[in-house]
Amino acid sequence: MIVVSNLTVHAGAFSITDVSFEVPAGAYGVLMGKTGSGKTTLLEALCGLRRVASGSITLMGRDVTHLKPAERGVGYVPQDRALFSTMSIREHLAFALVLRNWSEADISRRVSELAELLGLSKLLDRKPRGLSGGEAQRVALGRALACRPGILILDEPLSALDEETRLEMYALLKTVREQTHVTALHVTHSRSEAEQLGDMIFSIERGAFRPLEKAGAPKSRLAGEGT
Amino acid sequence: MSAQPDAVPSSAQASIRVGSDIPFYVCMCLLGSTYVLLIAAMLIADLRYTTAPHLLQAFGSPEIRYAIKLSLISCTITTILSLWVAVPLGYLLSRHDFPGKWLVDALLDIPIVLPPLVIGLSLLILFQTPLFRSLDDAFQVTYAVPSVIVAQFAVACAFAVRTMRVTFDQISPRSEQVALTLGCSQAQAFWMVTLPEARRGILTAATLAWARSLGEFGPILIFSGATRMRTEVLSTTVFLELSVGNIEAAVAVSLLMIAAAVIVLTVVRLFGSDVSFGKAVEP
Repeated sequence: MIVVSNLTVHAGAFSITDVSFEVPAGAYGVLMGKTGSGKTTLLEALCGLRRVASGSITLMGRDVTHLKPAERGVGYVPQDRALFSTMSIREHLAFALVLRNWSEADISRRVSELAELLGLSKLLDRKPRGLSGGEAQRVALGRALACRPGILILDEPLSALDEETRLEMYALLKTVREQTHVTALHVTHSRSEAEQLGDMIFSIERGAFRPLEKAGAPKSRLAGEGT
Repeated sequence: MSAQPDAVPSSAQASIRVGSDIPFYVCMCLLGSTYVLLIAAMLIADLRYTTAPHLLQAFGSPEIRYAIKLSLISCTITTILSLWVAVPLGYLLSRHDFPGKWLVDALLDIPIVLPPLVIGLSLLILFQTPLFRSLDDAFQVTYAVPSVIVAQFAVACAFAVRTMRVTFDQISPRSEQVALTLGCSQAQAFWMVTLPEARRGILTAATLAWARSLGEFGPILIFSGATRMRTEVLSTTVFLELSVGNIEAAVAVSLLMIAAAVIVLTVVRLFGSDVSFGKAVEP
């Protein structure tokens, strides 16, 4: 569950102010907005990568407003994927597990499980260089999901993909959601993507936040509205 | 008489005639090639001036062999010390804003733009202050081997820092941020993600620092002196041999330094990062 209350974050001259919203446990929230509207700033604040000026962030019932990124239990898939160029795909999937001192057998089991779920089994010994957009996106997703985070945050994960790969990723994200029951917040500027994936859709424009109606769906559950 | 409206003939585009591009490229090549030819001519002149017996005679001299040994050891130690400083300083300057950053940035340019003799003189004066004089008394720095390393470090480190800063500037901080969300502390993210990605930049910084140290002369002359079999490095040898009129030996040592420079540049081109020397030293 993601609960954001009266959140204000400054990013240089830009600010998002007094933002409040809620994504219930296991739900898939989609945040829409144009380039420069503050989407990434909000996600960075949720991940702990940007200092919060005021307000609070509660993830899975725990106030994480001032916790370090490592302590928040968030899986983060950034817009540019940010794969580690010196590591193999296997090392990407094992990265968070090694940090948590999992045994070698458990790491191996979890890596195989993720590779199968995401269709990465044949790529495990490759480096990120030369991967297609869809493959790189699946690696970034697997790296984020490896330690079974309660929250998954995706920053425009499908923006650079062709139509066919995007459709495959829709199906994959739905499968991931069904199998992991993770609470997700997905940023996009595509309405069709939001309709395809989201249980609830929010919009952010120049730092102001509001809920959007999903076509043919009951009104999204919203804790409050921002300015 | 009434003015005729400006009419643009429909065939205006087709009527434009553009001259040949050849004169342009001939001029560019002629002007640009003068400097390339000057460098090549200097190298060829050096090679033609010396003979194999001259080279063997020069390298058989115990003084020159000592200079080669001291140059190799001092340059390697300077390179290691420079990297120890350049990696953290380059990282901090690239990733963080802090009070006085502009001042640190400006200070780092001083060894690059200052005349080398002034750096040597400044080091000499520094070691006259009470703190550094006691250091000198304890470890015998000035006019001894440690002074060679200090003089080389004072200049070469600035080049290593610039290279590392450009290297970290070119590595997206996003990978490091993702590592933080995956459970890394800042130090773990640096060691596990950022530093491995900077390895080619580190190699470039090391080779540039090594090459810069090898060519250092002014600060060493002032701060270490030019004592044979004591503080004599290869650049000092060239100076000493020239001053006694032994041009053959000076050219032989120069050729050795040219060979070292060619090897270093080859290493950088083959294995180093895209950080060019120009970018690295850009103030």
